[in-house]
Amino acid sequence: MNKIVSKEHFSANVVKLEVEAPLIARSRKAGHFVIVRVGEKGERIPLTIAGADTAKGTITLVVQAVGASSKKLCDLNVGDCLTDLVGPLGQATHVEKVGTVVCAGGGVGVAPLLPIAEAFHKAGNRVIVVLAARTKELVILEKEMRANSDEVIIMTDDGSYGTKGLVTNGVEAVIQREKVDQCVTVGPAIMMKFVAELTRKYEIPTIASLNTIMVDGTGMCGACRITVGGKTRFVCVEGPEFDAHQVDFGELLMRLGAYKNMEKK
Amino acid sequence: MTTEELIAARRAEPWREALRKSKKNKERMEIPRVKMNELDPEYRSHTRLEEVNLGLTKEQAMQEAQRCLDCPKPTCMQGCPVGIHIPTFVKNIERGEFLEAARILKETSALPAVCGRVCPQEKQCESQCIHLKTGKPAVAIGYLERFAADYERESGQISVPQIAQKKGIKIAVVGSGPGGLSFAGEMAKRGYDVTVFEALHEIGGVLKYGIPEFRLPNRIVDVEIDGLRKMGVDFEKDCIIGKTLSYDDLHEEGFKGIFVASGAGLPNFMNIPGENLVGVMSSNEYLTRVNLMDAADPDSDTPVIEGKCVAVIGGGNTAMDSVRTARRLGADRAIIVYRRSEEEMPARLEEVKHAKEEGVEFMTLHNPIEYIGDERGRVKEMRLQKMQLGEPDASGRRRPVPIEGAIETIKVDEVIVSVGVSPNPLIPHAFGGLEISKKGTIVVNEQTMRSSLPDVYAGGDIVRGGATVILAMGDGRKAAAAMDEAFQKM
Ligand SMILES: Cc1cc2nc3c(=O)[nH]c(=O)nc-3n(C[C@H](O)[C@H](O)[C@H](O)COP(=O)(O)OP(=O)(O)OC[C@H]3O[C@@H](n4cnc5c(N)ncnc54)[C@H](O)[C@@H]3O)c2cc1C
Ligand code: FES
Repeated sequence: MNKIVSKEHFSANVVKLEVEAPLIARSRKAGHFVIVRVGEKGERIPLTIAGADTAKGTITLVVQAVGASSKKLCDLNVGDCLTDLVGPLGQATHVEKVGTVVCAGGGVGVAPLLPIAEAFHKAGNRVIVVLAARTKELVILEKEMRANSDEVIIMTDDGSYGTKGLVTNGVEAVIQREKVDQCVTVGPAIMMKFVAELTRKYEIPTIASLNTIMVDGTGMCGACRITVGGKTRFVCVEGPEFDAHQVDFGELLMRLGAYKNMEKK
Repeated sequence: MTTEELIAARRAEPWREALRKSKKNKERMEIPRVKMNELDPEYRSHTRLEEVNLGLTKEQAMQEAQRCLDCPKPTCMQGCPVGIHIPTFVKNIERGEFLEAARILKETSALPAVCGRVCPQEKQCESQCIHLKTGKPAVAIGYLERFAADYERESGQISVPQIAQKKGIKIAVVGSGPGGLSFAGEMAKRGYDVTVFEALHEIGGVLKYGIPEFRLPNRIVDVEIDGLRKMGVDFEKDCIIGKTLSYDDLHEEGFKGIFVASGAGLPNFMNIPGENLVGVMSSNEYLTRVNLMDAADPDSDTPVIEGKCVAVIGGGNTAMDSVRTARRLGADRAIIVYRRSEEEMPARLEEVKHAKEEGVEFMTLHNPIEYIGDERGRVKEMRLQKMQLGEPDASGRRRPVPIEGAIETIKVDEVIVSVGVSPNPLIPHAFGGLEISKKGTIVVNEQTMRSSLPDVYAGGDIVRGGATVILAMGDGRKAAAAMDEAFQKM
């Protein structure tokens, strides 16, 4: 059950895993996520589904080793099994033909962005992807993004690849160049916050995929709750995507820090 | 035979008549009610996993059983939501036939070792005991139930129910809490092929993720689950009906009947300022971290905040479980904050008593109105509105009303909100055509537990809102009987 059938290193800290999960592969849609657990003492961690192969009965997960639990997952090899894998969870991305869509992704947020870009592209939209990373080695999924969009713009903090600058610089350049009908942003909370501020200025509808702390992922605990438009919402069941202009990113950043310095050895 | 006739016939058995005559009622009434053997409060408030109640010895149980007057019209049975033959099992304990007592319990209760520990007996069977009429404490029916069930389990002679010939009909159960488990057992007995689907990575529902180890050890629940496995019940964990498998998928896989016992898993919040601060969480989150994820174990990857000054909002069993857990995780102050008075608290009396013994503080007639955080967004204080009791409300309890201007601020570093749960919305959303009440519960026929979809039955908290283990179990039994009857007619 839940056997890893392939593993690929995107960078030192980012791996792509293809995992057997025939039921999830069949029912998942862009935007859905899963909860994964590694080991009997393992934590339940949410991961967006980056892709699926219904014929093979597998799903793709892209994992960045940030804490103890994600590191454990990245250390697994082909043939190993995940202790638990449950999903698909959350609401699927609302995809329709709107015209031109800018997909802005940073860090490991690029992985969940891939199926979303793909879905918008398939729906007949002009899709422009802005990929941001600190440096060249950390740029991931560029090839896959190119295959599923009309244009890919790369931004690096140090200018080692693509254009030097932040994701917002890339997005703004597109907005100034042509009419953008919608923006989708997935990445670190702080990055999504700045993308939201930028697109608010230009009044471009924007959705953000929120990466809150979760436990069950089924609406049972409220660990994932966040204020959106003045109301508390449960990200695992009502999200993970919300109107970025309504999200209280300050609260998100604060709640993400809840267990900082508490990680166990 | 009607129930009344069965009660009379059992009561008329020669051994039972002899037992009745062996002691005068007057003598029986003079025996004082047994006291549960318990761990020392100071010791147990620092030990996370040891069960507080230690159970009765054989001698204690047999003596307590003598207190029962074996009434011809046993009112206690009317107080039991599933109608356990109480005098029959109690008298079997009196004569030393403990396994027979356990067998009687199992006629009507799928999980006697669980119910003996968590049922609110003082509101059910024991509230109807004849002794109360004479001002004496009720027979300790709950303790005796636990004794018989534990005796059977520890004897290694657990009776495995007879399984009827296989019918080759596949039945799906959604949720593995007490409702789902009792339904699964009943249907397996009748020869159906039962698969229980559970969203979480553990089987047992609230019995595992909610009720703590010090009140209901997991191993006791596991014995029951193993029993079901032996009866041929299949368990599929990590599978969410409505997400992993749809209603149509279940049909495609050949399931002919579905029982939904998905519980009342959605925690309520109060929607007051500061409720999303770090350190403020639902009791479901807190208890899930500690019980399901074993977060207090240093080897567990899941973190939990171990507050030094913890306020728990609410007065139910979940609040008591949370506050007692907080004490065990090292809180110097663990406080129950409840907006009514102690009299209105819905928690079992025993939980309130145990909490007090363990040093839990009670701030009744207080209601939080705001949480205040530090510069990092962590809760550091809460503002409480003092209340007084006014006129009775719809529930018959006196309504708490704010005392104008009486506001108090206390320091806290963790707040656990335990103000009730709502029905789990997953199935109501996923099963098209299912009739749902305004409260979000699944509407069923009360006699058969059948929903508006002919092949879907439901029971437990998803039908009742937050209720009890015994009611969920009773629903499972009722639904199984009705579903079986429906198949017989087909
Ligand atoms: C902390 C706490 C203490 C309590 N103490 C007591 C007590 O002392 N005495 C008492 O009588 N009662 C007590 N209760 C109440 C009692 O536990 C519940 O009434 C009872 O468990 C309800 O049983 P159930 O079978 O309806 O659902 P649950 O036990 O809630 O089980 C439902 C299960 O279904 C699963 N599920 C939900 N949706 C799906 C889906 N779509 N697919 C698959 N699986 C799904 C859930 O994960 C869960 O495991 C307590 C409750 C809590 C939370
Ligand atoms: S993760 Fe528990 S409710 Fe969302």
